[in-house]
Amino acid sequence: MTDKEQQWVAEDGMDLLGRQNSGSADTADKQRLLVVGNGMVGHHFVEQLVAAGGLSRFEVTVFGAEPDPAYDRVHLSEVFGGKAPQALRMADPAWYEESGITLRLGAEVEVLDRAARTLTLANGEQFPYDRLVLATGSVPFVPPIPGHQREGCFVYRTLGDLAAIRDACAQARSGVVIGGGLLGLEAANALRLLGLKTQVVEFAPRLMPVQLDESGGAVLRDKIQALGVEVLVEKATECIEQGEQARHRLRFKDGTHIETDVLLFSAGIRPADTLARQSGLEVGERGGICIDDGCHSSDPAILAIGECALWQGRIFGLVAPGYQMARAAVASLCGGETRFIGADMSTKLKLMGVDVGSIGDAHANTAGAQELLLLDRVNGIYKKLVTDGEGNRLLGAILVGDGADYERLLQYYQNGVALPQPPLSLLVGEVGAAPAPLVLPDSAILCSCHNVSKGDVVAAVRAGNHELAAVKSCTKAGTGCGGCSNLLKQVVDQTLADLGVEADKGLCEHFAYGRQELYHLARVGELKSFEALRDKHGQGLGCDICKSTVASILASLWNEHVLEKPHRALQDTNDAFLANLQKDGTYSVVPRIPGGEITPEGLITIGEVARKYGLYTKITGGQRIDLFGARVDQLPAIWGELVAAGFETGQAYGKSVRTVKSCVGSTWCRYGVQDSMTLTQTLEHRYKGLRAPHKLKFAVSGCTRECAEAQSKDIGVIATERGWNLYVCGNGGMRPRHADLFATDLDEQTLIRYIDRLLMFYVRTGDRLQRTSVWMENMEGGLDYLKSVIIEDRLGIGAELEAMMEGIVGTWQCEWKSTLADPDKLKLFEAFVNRPEDETPPRREERGQWVPDIAIKEVV
Amino acid sequence: MSDIKEETLQSEPGAWHRVCELAALPEQAGRSAWLEGRVLALFRLGEHVYALDGVDPLAGVAVLGRGLVGDAGGEPVVASPLYKQRYALMDGRCLDDPALSVACWPVRLEGSEVWVQLG
Repeated sequence: MTDKEQQWVAEDGMDLLGRQNSGSADTADKQRLLVVGNGMVGHHFVEQLVAAGGLSRFEVTVFGAEPDPAYDRVHLSEVFGGKAPQALRMADPAWYEESGITLRLGAEVEVLDRAARTLTLANGEQFPYDRLVLATGSVPFVPPIPGHQREGCFVYRTLGDLAAIRDACAQARSGVVIGGGLLGLEAANALRLLGLKTQVVEFAPRLMPVQLDESGGAVLRDKIQALGVEVLVEKATECIEQGEQARHRLRFKDGTHIETDVLLFSAGIRPADTLARQSGLEVGERGGICIDDGCHSSDPAILAIGECALWQGRIFGLVAPGYQMARAAVASLCGGETRFIGADMSTKLKLMGVDVGSIGDAHANTAGAQELLLLDRVNGIYKKLVTDGEGNRLLGAILVGDGADYERLLQYYQNGVALPQPPLSLLVGEVGAAPAPLVLPDSAILCSCHNVSKGDVVAAVRAGNHELAAVKSCTKAGTGCGGCSNLLKQVVDQTLADLGVEADKGLCEHFAYGRQELYHLARVGELKSFEALRDKHGQGLGCDICKSTVASILASLWNEHVLEKPHRALQDTNDAFLANLQKDGTYSVVPRIPGGEITPEGLITIGEVARKYGLYTKITGGQRIDLFGARVDQLPAIWGELVAAGFETGQAYGKSVRTVKSCVGSTWCRYGVQDSMTLTQTLEHRYKGLRAPHKLKFAVSGCTRECAEAQSKDIGVIATERGWNLYVCGNGGMRPRHADLFATDLDEQTLIRYIDRLLMFYVRTGDRLQRTSVWMENMEGGLDYLKSVIIEDRLGIGAELEAMMEGIVGTWQCEWKSTLADPDKLKLFEAFVNRPEDETPPRREERGQWVPDIAIKEVV
Repeated sequence: MSDIKEETLQSEPGAWHRVCELAALPEQAGRSAWLEGRVLALFRLGEHVYALDGVDPLAGVAVLGRGLVGDAGGEPVVASPLYKQRYALMDGRCLDDPALSVACWPVRLEGSEVWVQLG
């Protein structure tokens, strides 16, 4: 920055009075915000800043010293377990670019000049700032033992360190980690995974001295030694020198020594506060940039967050408090209430497969604190609860060897929930009385990394995120350190169970029964209309959910035309107009073309109809032709022409059997072993029109090359030399699933019998909108049970299911043909009650066809 | 459209318009109507008729008259056939997204005829 530019910086150091040098108009009134550090906390800060709308005030540049964008340092050792380094990546450079943030990687900041308000990089580049955020993290502490600078000595913090260690280990047989704390054990695990004979050297009398007590440390040591990692405690290293058997020799103060090829230091961390020291910012005696609750340093234009920051004399070496600081810093910059008010240092991790947890006052330092202990050296389990004098509140805990109770205990601790009596029941689990279920308040924080409360998670589940993954991506819970995963799953499961009680018991507020029960009630009571079913078993007017479900049940059972008077008001719009609604309010039309087999005359008819009505045509995935853009009032005329030419409805609009896809089979194909086209015709004509809980797709392949992709269908048939193999319950779509092999080498008759039974069993017992895959997966006994019902007829309902299918096959009608013959039904296709015709919505031409030209708002 | 205009008493705001015979509206269902260049969505529950603007506010296309009619906690609603948001027949507010609503017009029955007042 030039001297002239400096004058434009306001006196209070906060605001820029005016700038002419940036050039771009929309950045002219923005402040320059520089962020030093692109680690987990630095990246979180940028994300939060963007979320808070900070980019409207700040032009942001981020400097990362490492060549990689922010990655998940907490799970670094997983790279040695086979995880790709890219999988740890948290920040996407493209996201920075799209957001308009400059991300400079491999850019080491060397000089902070607070008077000039500039940063200077190692390469001499200079950057002026209005506000500066230091998120420089920490550096590993290397004890000044003579010989510590020898080649083959490493620290363990970055992906770069990992790569160097990995290279060194390629020629090494043994490894030693100095430091038996949390990171040291992680590092030891990394060496072990690289195949080295590994030892851990700890100065203190036990492992993880900060988090564990003597018994806990001893149990952990037993477990780790059982995995082949030797643990040496109370060892002070005097010097590192040339070894005889291996590269290095460590001499200890007690006169003993060990030798190793690779040496890792993990003796704690020190805040990376060089820039702060050098520029005269206030730092702590033992390092760390002093910050207030808003994360301001002693220079109000400069903020510090994460492991480089010192708050009330404390460094917070965990990711969750770092994230909390990041949020507080964003609030300081953009306005907001969030302040950093300290953080709980409870930790849980899995070290070499051993659960270790430490909560709150693990060492029972609180006055009057009492301890409850469980020590099981046989199974390697140690648990300690620290309670208040009355045993009512949990003050702290230690868990080694079994961390299942961690989240539960943490919630007792953090939320001050009264302990069950006697509290010992929390320790002994199944041996004693089961502890009372933990009821958390909605305000309880489940994920402290992302500050997600139980209430947030419950709301996300209720909003339709029923998969754990969906809840994670929408709330971010569990995506930080991952320590809350178990508890998160419990809350999700519990919420689903809460919803499920309602969902299982009732379809919606109008029926206290699920689809399967309603099917049964309608069948047994011979109820043939929605009103009859509702009056007897439900309440209210109904809704879009129960009406369409009941419509489907009635169609499956009695197979009456969906537009008959009692049924028409129940149909979802696709069934109501026997066509598929598109985003501009018009519909698409799909004539049946079984197996994709169509005559030239048929193709010409479809082409002529499409041309006459200005329809967009496209080949579907089910080997048919879809004609788009038909207005409601045009549908009867279009179908009049198609039916006259011999086409029938393809029923693409129904939750029903769609298509049987096929290869050309042995008639033409050199490799075909069976006539797949003929079987396809038989199957499609047999099952067409069957209404089911969800759509059904079939395919038949004429040989094992499987060109029809039958294994991705609800019903898939693949030819063999001796007959047909039947595959069931596959699907594509959102959650693709391969079909399972159900029976082999079937003749056509048996094949059809099995399909009859399976489809009717599904129609009877499937849930609303449940595809065959989920239906089978949810069945107790799964595929084997389904085989026993269908093939072995274990329930004795085989004949009944076949008879029901015969009934449906026998009463099939082309819904369009019968609609065209009924003036009352045709009335429904008049566009308005007081005017038969509508206007075609706006169109534009694209690649030679008409497509909607309409401002469609984004669906949120 | 000309025949509709003849039946219009006045075309200024607040005027009542005859739309159709009650019998032309299906029970417990919706039906689109054309009035003064607008698409209305009429819903008949017994002898009661409701009129909402027919345009789904999210998609900008006139499909509400094709939605399924029902009730939510006893309040009559229609679910848009496009993305299933429910709108109250009484006031046009969206039950699933407070940011959305559709206009709602007064309806009265005169003998067997349905009349709507466009505001």
